[in-house]
This record gives sequence, C-alpha cells and structure tokens, in this order.
Amino acid sequence: MTGKTHDAIIVGGGHNGLTTAAYLAKAGLDVVVVEKNPHVGGAAVSLELHEGWVYSNCSYVCSMMRQSIHRDLDLTRHGLILVPYLGTVNFGDDGQTLIDYPSEEAAHLELKRHSPHDADSMHRFQADLARYAQFIRKTLLRTPPDPTSMRPRDIRELLFLGKQMWSLGEREMYEYVRFFTISAADFLEDYFENDLIKAAMASPGIIGTALGVYSPGSAYILLHHVMGDVDGNIGAWGLARGGMGAISEALASAAREHGAEIRTTSGVQQILVKDGEACGVVLENGDELNAGIVVSNLDAKRTFTRVMDRNDLPPGIYEKAKNFKIRGSSGKVNIALDGMPQFTGVPDNRYVNRGGQGFTGSLKTMERAYDAWKHGRWSPDPFVESVIPSAWDPTVAPPGKHWMSNFVQYCPPTLAEGPWTPEERDAFGQAVVDKIERYSPGFKDLIVHMEVRTPHDLEQEVGLTEGNIFQGELTIDQLLFNRPFPGYAQYRMPVKNLYMCGSSTHPGGGVSSACGANAAREILMDLKKPNTVPEDDFYDE
Amino acid sequence: MSDYDSIIIGAGHNGLVCAAYLARAGQKVLLLESAEAPGGLAANREFHPGFKTSVAHVVNHFSDRIASDLKLARYGFEGSSNVTLVTGLGREGRHVTVDGHSVTGVEQGDAEAYRRFAAQMRRFADALKPFWLKTIPRAAPGKWSDMSTFARIGLKLRLLGKDDMREFMRVAALPARDLVDENFDSELLKAVLCWDGLIGSKMAPRSPNNAVLPMLYRTAQGQSGTPGSLIEALQASARAAGVEIRTGTTVDRILVNPGQDGLVAEGVILAGGEHIHASRVVSSADPKTTFIGLAGIDNLEIQFTNRIRRLRCDGFVAKLHLALNGLPEFTGLDRLNGRLLIAPTMNDIEFAFDHAKYGEYPPEPVMEIVIPSLQDASLAPQEKHVLSAHVMYVPYRPKGGWNKQAKAALYERIIERLSGYAPGIRDQIIHAELLTPAELERDYRVSGGHWHHAEFALDQMLMMRPTYEAAQYSTPLPGLYLCGAGCHPGGDLTGAPGHNAAREILR
Repeated sequence: MTGKTHDAIIVGGGHNGLTTAAYLAKAGLDVVVVEKNPHVGGAAVSLELHEGWVYSNCSYVCSMMRQSIHRDLDLTRHGLILVPYLGTVNFGDDGQTLIDYPSEEAAHLELKRHSPHDADSMHRFQADLARYAQFIRKTLLRTPPDPTSMRPRDIRELLFLGKQMWSLGEREMYEYVRFFTISAADFLEDYFENDLIKAAMASPGIIGTALGVYSPGSAYILLHHVMGDVDGNIGAWGLARGGMGAISEALASAAREHGAEIRTTSGVQQILVKDGEACGVVLENGDELNAGIVVSNLDAKRTFTRVMDRNDLPPGIYEKAKNFKIRGSSGKVNIALDGMPQFTGVPDNRYVNRGGQGFTGSLKTMERAYDAWKHGRWSPDPFVESVIPSAWDPTVAPPGKHWMSNFVQYCPPTLAEGPWTPEERDAFGQAVVDKIERYSPGFKDLIVHMEVRTPHDLEQEVGLTEGNIFQGELTIDQLLFNRPFPGYAQYRMPVKNLYMCGSSTHPGGGVSSACGANAAREILMDLKKPNTVPEDDFYDE
Repeated sequence: MSDYDSIIIGAGHNGLVCAAYLARAGQKVLLLESAEAPGGLAANREFHPGFKTSVAHVVNHFSDRIASDLKLARYGFEGSSNVTLVTGLGREGRHVTVDGHSVTGVEQGDAEAYRRFAAQMRRFADALKPFWLKTIPRAAPGKWSDMSTFARIGLKLRLLGKDDMREFMRVAALPARDLVDENFDSELLKAVLCWDGLIGSKMAPRSPNNAVLPMLYRTAQGQSGTPGSLIEALQASARAAGVEIRTGTTVDRILVNPGQDGLVAEGVILAGGEHIHASRVVSSADPKTTFIGLAGIDNLEIQFTNRIRRLRCDGFVAKLHLALNGLPEFTGLDRLNGRLLIAPTMNDIEFAFDHAKYGEYPPEPVMEIVIPSLQDASLAPQEKHVLSAHVMYVPYRPKGGWNKQAKAALYERIIERLSGYAPGIRDQIIHAELLTPAELERDYRVSGGHWHHAEFALDQMLMMRPTYEAAQYSTPLPGLYLCGAGCHPGGDLTGAPGHNAAREILR
C-alpha cells in the first residue's frame, strides 16, 4: 500500500490546482495532481460531445487570467492562444437592439440612438468602473491580511490596503463604499435612464451569483467584467483558441514540464489526517498516496464536509464549512448549430453579428428571473448571455458550422418540487431555446446537438457544490480576509499541512489562476523554499 | 441682528432633543413646527374622535444618557430598561416570543441557540454602542487629529477577542436570512429575528450588506416606553430649559445671504413671509427636504446637491390605525403587550418585498402590530382600543399611482391577513386609517415617507450619513446644521442625532 511519499498532493486538477502544481514543481517539489475526471481542467474544459464540435461546456470566456502568470509559465508556448472577441448585441424586452460596436464612435452613436443622455454618461461610467477595478486588481495576487493579527506581514499588508484606500481621498472613498455595497440597479441609476442600456450594463452584476440586480452588493460583481484583460487590454474579453480546455491543458503542460505528475480518473475519497496533520489521500479505487502536504482545489464546503472525516477537524470547522455560502444559480446550454444564426434587427456586419448576444431584456426581467429562482423555478423569460466562439475560432466546429455557448441566469440547484429530472432539464433547455428563437426566427431549425447543464449537472460532473461557478458567493462576508472563513484566508487550513488553492479562496472565481498562485506562494514560504510565483502587473503607476 | 442663537426646523424628537441641549447651554432657541403639535412621526394624533396614536409606535432604545441629561423621568417619561417583547404570530396559534435574552415557543435546540446568539449579538452591540453617540469624523487625509475615533472603533472590536472580532467582520454584512439560518431551525423564530434588520428599509431577508448593523443598533441597550410620554417629556424639558416652541408654523425657506466668505444661512422665511434671523439654523427635516427644499440648490455646490438627490429614501412601509370597540383577540395569545409580528416565514417577508420592487403591493403583506392603548389608556375611550400596524412592503410609487381603489384594495388585503390571526377583528373596527408612504410624506413632510429619512445602508451610515460633507452635523452651507434621522446614527426614537448635533454646535 505505501509507496514513496510525495512532497505535495493536489486534490483536483482545475485550473487553480494545476497552477499551484506548476509553481510547486517549479520550486523543485515532487508534486502529484489527482483529478476525478478523465480530463484535467475542472470547469475550464473543452469537450467533444458531438462529433466535430468542441464545447467549452462550463466556463466559456476568458479575461481574468493573470497576465503575469500567463507569461511566467510560458503558457503560449504550451499552446494557449487568447483571441479577443468583439461586439455584443443586447436584446431588449420588445426586440430593440443595443450593439456594442468595436469602434468608439459607432458605439457612441448607437447609445445615442437610445438615449443621448446615456451616451454622454457612458464615458463617466466606464472611467468610474475602471477606477474601482484598479483597487481590486492590486489585491488579486496578494495574500489577504488577517486584521486580528499583529504579525509584521499582516500589518504590512493591512497598511497596504489602508494606503490604497486612503490615497483615494475623501470623495473617492465615499464613492467606493457606495459602489462596493449598493445594488447594480441603484448604481446604474446614477448614470443611465434607458432601460435596455441599464440592463446591458447590469448583466455582469448577476453572473454566477445568487443575487438580483436589485440586491445590495451586486454592483461590486460588475467589476468582474472590467477587472481582467486580454494581452494587456484592460476590460477586454477573449476566447481561448480550442476552447477553455486550452487554458487547463497549457497549465498542465507547464506543470508536467516542471516535473509534476498528473493522474486523471483518480477521484479522492478522503484526505488522510494523522496526529492532527494532513498526510495523504485515499483514492476512490482504494489506493493510498502519502505526502508532506495536501492542497485541496475543491471548494471549501466539499473539502471539509465531503472528503474529510469530521473527527479530523478542529471543533467548529465543520459548522463553518456547512455555513459557507455556495449557491447554485446558473445554467448552461451548449448548442451545435448547422450554420450562423441570424438575429432580427442586427445589421450584417462581421463585427457585430458574430460576437456575443445578451438576451437581457430589462432590469425588471432580470430581477423577475431571480424571483423565480427564489421560488425554486427557472424563469420562462431567463437572462441568457451567449457567445458564438466558432465565429472567431475555427477549431471548435466543422467548417461552416457553429457552436453557441449560452449562459443562463438563474437556474436553481434543486427545484421546488424536488431534485432535477431529465424531463425538467429538457424543459429548462427549451425555455432558453424559445427565448433565443424570439430574437432569431429559425434558430431552432439550426440545432444539431444540444447539451443542457443545470447546477445539479455541474455539481455531478465538475464537483462544484450546488454548481456554484465561483466556488462560493462573492459577497462581503466571503471576500478578502473572510474567504473562505475568517482566520483561514491565507490558504492554510485548520489542519496542519492542509492548504486550499481553489476559487473558494481569495480572490475568488473567474479563471484567473490567482488563487492557485497565491496558495503556492504561501506553501513555499512555509516549506522555506524560494518563491517561484511572480508579482502582478500594475498598469496605472 | 440675530433674533435667536439657533432656530431649529421641525419639532420631531430629534429637534426637541437638540433644542433642549442648546437651551440648557444658554442659547436662545426657537423651535419651529409646521404641525399643530410637536413630535413629528412620534406625535400622538387623533385619527378618529377619541382615538389617538402616533406613527412611530414603540420606543425601544432611547439613549439612557440623553434621558438622564434632559431629566426626562422628572418630566414624565418612565423609561424601562426592559426590552419590548416581540411575538411572532404562528399559524394555528403557535407563537414564538423573544425578550432579548430568551425565547419561548420553540424547540429546546433553538432556545439554547438563541441564548448563545443573543449573547453574541449583545457583545457586538455593546462594542458599537458608544459610537452611536459620537460624531464620526471625516475620513479625510491630513485630518489625523480626528482619527482617534476610528482607532477606538478598531480597538473596541479587537477587545472583543480574536474569534469575536473575526466573526463580527464576517456577519456585519450578512443578509438577515443567512445570519439566522446559520443559527436556528424554527421558521417563525427566524422571521421574527430578521425583522429588526429590515423594518422601515427597502430590504428583504436575502438582501446583503445592510441588515446586521441596524439589528445591532436596535440591540443596543436603552430605554423603552411610549412615544406619547417621551414627546411630552421632551417638550416639557425643552420648555423648562427656555426653548421657545412655535407650532403651526411652516418654514418656507432658509434665509441665505452673502457673508464675508461666501453664502451663510442667517435665519428662516416662514410660509407667511415673516423673516426670523438667527446665528444658525438647525434642521431636523430630512436631508432632501433640508437641502433641496429649504436651502435651495442655488445656494449649494452642484456635486453636493447631486449626492443629496441620489440619497435612497423611498419608504416601503404603510401605517394602519384601527379604532376598535374592544380588545382584539388573537388566536392562542393571552397577552397582547409588546410587538406582534405577522410574518410567519422569511419567505413571506421576501415575497412581500418582491411585489413592492415592481411597484405592486403584496397580496399577503407582513406587519408589526402594537396595541398602544394597552400602555396608555388615554389613547382610546374606556373599554375601547387602538391597533397600530407597520405594514410592509408598500411601495412609495406604485404602478399607476395611488388612488382610492388602490388604497381600498390594499386595506382589504391587510384586514384579510390580520383576520387570519385575529378572526373577529373585522367586526370590532369602528374606524380605520391607512397611510401610504406617499401620504406619510405629505402629512409629515418626510421625503419618500421614509421613517429613517434616508435608507439605513452601509454607504449612508456613519461618516457617510447623509453624505460625507454633511455627516458631522455641519453642512457645506455655513450656519446650517442637521440634527435629524438623516444624520449619524440614523432613525428610530433614540435622540442620538439631536444630541450629537447639539454637541457639535456647542463645540
């Protein structure tokens, strides 16, 4: 049973687990990654579910990936190419369209068509959002301080945060507090009057969260749309050529190059703890692996309530994990298409009819979709954010054919009537297709294959509790030094030699690799190894 | 020449507190009130011959220090340090009663959990309590001398101990629902405990960020009693200190004149055209009324005006007053003292809110009921009673506007809901009055009909209430001060804003 003892075992081969593995291996550690699925990547995967079509069947666009990590691990050489995509069309309740043209002038004229006032406000809105994002960006590749600690490093980090805040000045500080705590709807009220423009701008505020556009705290989530960058272009969004799996494959390849071992189809049954110290794992096939440290890429709830024995945990931790807020609120419908769908009212312009589609409606439509979720249902008029990656990336569909990724907010983890059934799942998928058909007559006839994923499916396949895409709600009670639990935000967990590196830790979800990199830095510090993790790029100084 | 040292606009409880403090310090103070009697939302008013009540129907945590400074006991306010009981009315007469320390009507597990929970909330509340009576300084670089208040808040929290401090920083922004879900099983108990985080706000149990601090504010120990006796005592105390109170006197505008260093508030102009001069004007009206209505945007800088304009202050509470020909009978309830809640589950509260979001009024409203005539027999003729209810959530601006039919339909829904718990109540009603938020705005001159003058939310609290330039009770217009619920610490009958404003003025 006992073989050699590894330096580190990473439980779960998601993009963060692979990032941690790469950096630990780069520092010379003997690292093994164990992944339950036959492929690596967790929720960043490319799967051929219908012959000729490759789906990024969970996460589907990329922007938050830290550029410094991309460069440092030489991911381009390992096959990762990010393709920026341009132009999104938002559809209103009555079929109006709002097109985000790549040309600034055209975009301005388009806004003006809806509201001259809002067109003028847009610059102010974007500048404000970019400023708020700068603050968060600076914290991404840093370990959150413990505000109760007197250790020099914590005080230094706390002062860093304080200085960032303080240097803003009184007016800005006030605006920040306001922005970080109010609802997306209230925030947008300061800038816009047009319903469709508000809805289009609000949509990033609800992605992946169990909050509505009227819920306080949803304004902050807007930042996820502008926090990232593609090739240094802040706020841009991109596709990974070959699907999101390309990111995971590149990270895996980098990790392997540095000597990490990656074992797929090796689900972990239990994390082993001996004398209060994590010392290995038992796989589902009964094999036991031993290691000096264990790093969990699983979400906090799954780590402490599913793969660990409650008796191995210090008192109170199990309860903390049980109370961790991780709610399934999103669904996904992946569709293989026989050709490019045409959308009513959208000009035949190669920049705008091939990018993204936001079936946003209005703030009220979005909020009503949230209300349905509270009742354990999906809305008959859901919010759908779509992208047709094949328009930019020829590798994901046969020539002339397309695949469309449709992200749906909201979708409950279990229904009011009970668990999901295949019939209910099909009905949910149908609601999404019906909505798209309203804006694209004939859309249904183009469908070659369709995969409908509810939060339940995400949990079953990827392992995310309740199918929450961020491994935990992004609300103040679970951000920075509160993520995942107060006192355990520095990647070290309550059991000695146990670490966490997934999106349940700071700075949270969004395919950024930041959690994994931060965890690696802390681990290397504990093992007294030289740090291999790069610092982040700052653009504003 | 100034006729007065200070003119105070509005004789609500905060205006009275501020006036009393200023007069006790030797100032010549004129208190102007538009209504026929002082008290604002806490004033007893006859809504049917022989039947009286006030909009604000409980005094829960009036500041001990203010009560003793102003000798309110001597003037008839018999405050008690007991927490007002809260009873959640359950279906089929199974009720839950909470007294701040223990709970009855729930399983053993919940009862024990409540003791732990209440003790922890009290520790948090005690740590914060001193700061409700402090001016929270501006967070401006270069103002290090003021920073000791922030340092003290940090220290207070740190002195809670590592675990409590961490827990505080986590729960401070939790939605009310998550906070109670973590601790209890009983749906009714959870709904009851949610209530104090939500009452008067545009928030439901699932809304993050803004529920827990108001809960702790309301958990802070203070005096409880009746609004009527509080207002009487404040009025007597103010008069004894030399405050001149003129009721039935509406201020049309604040008199602003150019001074040596720019514009200065120098007095008020009454609706009749009379000018009264004073060294300063202190407004207990809400910030929107004060700045936009009374001071005038011409006299203010535009960015400041914008910040005031976007204050969130749409009220979501309607007020029901019933004149009853006897004591109502609630199924399974033998004592009607304290507050009674009709909010059987958190979902009931949430779903009632969902309708109001879209400008609809809820089919099944949730409400807090008090029988004020039990505490104060003078509010109703002998053997008869008054029922007062805060009904949530009723939009300030309903779709299609307020009209007779809309009000009648809402009234019917409320009485229907009430009848589910007090089956005979319909036949006991002699007279009913329903005040929508729009009517509260009209009758009590409070923007949006919002009791707290401005939504109780993180960005509108502390040194940001109502906005950062006016949060230390002085305002960008020299000579003009604020002393109402739109300033730190906020709404409810506590007297704290009035007290804090007086201290700043006297400094």
